[in-house]
Amino acid sequence: MITEPFINENSLIHRLDPRVRLVFATLYSFAVAVLNQFPALAWALFLSFLLVLLARLNFREVGRRLAMLNTLLLFFWVALPLTFEGEPIFSIGPISATREGVLLSAQITLKSNAILLAFIALVATSPLATLGHAMNRLCVPEKIVHLLLLTYRYVFVIEQEYQRLIRAAKIRGFCPKTDIHTYRTYAYLIGMLFVRASARAERVHQAMVCRGFKGKFYCLSEFSLTRLDVICSAFMVAAIIGLEMLEWFVKIT
Amino acid sequence: MVRENNLIIHMQDVCFSYPYGGQTILENLNFKLQKGEKLGLIGHNGSGKTTFLHIIMGLLPVSAGIVRILGNEVRTEKDFRVVRQKIGLLFQHADDQLFSPTVLEDVAFGLLNLGKSPAEARELSLKTLEQLNLKGFENRVTHKLSGGEKKLASLATVLVMQPRVLLLDEPTTGLDEATKERIISVLNNLDISYIIVSHEYDFLSRTTNDICTMKDGQIIYNGDSSMLHTHYHSHKMGKVSHEHHNGPI
Repeated sequence: MITEPFINENSLIHRLDPRVRLVFATLYSFAVAVLNQFPALAWALFLSFLLVLLARLNFREVGRRLAMLNTLLLFFWVALPLTFEGEPIFSIGPISATREGVLLSAQITLKSNAILLAFIALVATSPLATLGHAMNRLCVPEKIVHLLLLTYRYVFVIEQEYQRLIRAAKIRGFCPKTDIHTYRTYAYLIGMLFVRASARAERVHQAMVCRGFKGKFYCLSEFSLTRLDVICSAFMVAAIIGLEMLEWFVKIT
Repeated sequence: MVRENNLIIHMQDVCFSYPYGGQTILENLNFKLQKGEKLGLIGHNGSGKTTFLHIIMGLLPVSAGIVRILGNEVRTEKDFRVVRQKIGLLFQHADDQLFSPTVLEDVAFGLLNLGKSPAEARELSLKTLEQLNLKGFENRVTHKLSGGEKKLASLATVLVMQPRVLLLDEPTTGLDEATKERIISVLNNLDISYIIVSHEYDFLSRTTNDICTMKDGQIIYNGDSSMLHTHYHSHKMGKVSHEHHNGPI
């Protein structure tokens, strides 16, 4: 299920206001997404890596996440060079790979890794609950915030219920095969899970109504900006401007 | 003659059945709860105990009859909003009650709904947690608490609103002895009225003064709760609730 492996450190990044982190992670992602030049992209990757270093994260965990992303990117490396039009580099039979395709794949790879690393360092370092409140303070629509928080809360309960159902099936000798009995059992399990989730939602709503819920949520936490936040914001703004300037002025053709 | 203004809950000929020709659960139920009364409610599974509690809170509409709470007849959702500020319901499953990411937020939820400021809500919540010996739990993540901790935390979420009546739906189900003891001591230190639905006679005899039974859609007064106990000796009818007319042997 959802684990939060990056939240328990006490680094410079962890001490930053979650709002600052959220805003910069978003701005930075956009800034990196519009880059096309390799020097700027390389710098972006370096900056993101620097953020991960600053957050003192477990490299193995970070590596695992990068591996997931890069597995997906492998498909781009296969598909894009073969389908993109341009100057051919090599050909296998009737199919040829193009230079433009390879470059595009490289750009996408650098961008996605830089963005993911920055998100791990800035966003995955705060608990989801805190993140929800930061979003609330940043005027993200309440419904989205509470959808996020309630999903996070009950996804565990629903998982437990799923495990309970699976166990109930297993102890009576159920083992999945490729037959209609297995499909029917899974259909029942999933159906039952929906029924229980919906009954649970009903009870949770009743419990909330009993405590005076009238459709509006109030937020308990208050955030305040420190000097550290201001200094780090200045650095991050400088970094973003720096990247965009690199993009404009240093071009390799 | 009981003075009317001492009546907190007063139900007259209340009926309830599930819609579309469903089963009749409550039939001409009459019930009174007075100030300071501590009542245990027993009855078979499916006899309507939870339905009864939900009707008091306005979660289910009655099919017929009159429900008066604190002297006023309650009928509409608007009436019940006022009721919910004065009566607290502890749900059977703590997972239904605790929905916020952290304990503190969940405890503060009701207070914020009542219009308290975040600072005030935080202060009161911390105080309540401390009273329940849950100091240090405020930033714990609710879904990671143990069963007993969840129960105590959900009790805190209800008590923090300072209800005048507390309704507890099988509060001890699945709890260990130590947690039960903690709940008993919390209840014994409360000077408000409460109704406890439970199947545990020992628990009821230590927390309530009177016992009622729910049967055939009605509530019947049984008497003093001291007559309820689990038998440490055994005889044929030891597991069935019964009275010793000559007092405990």
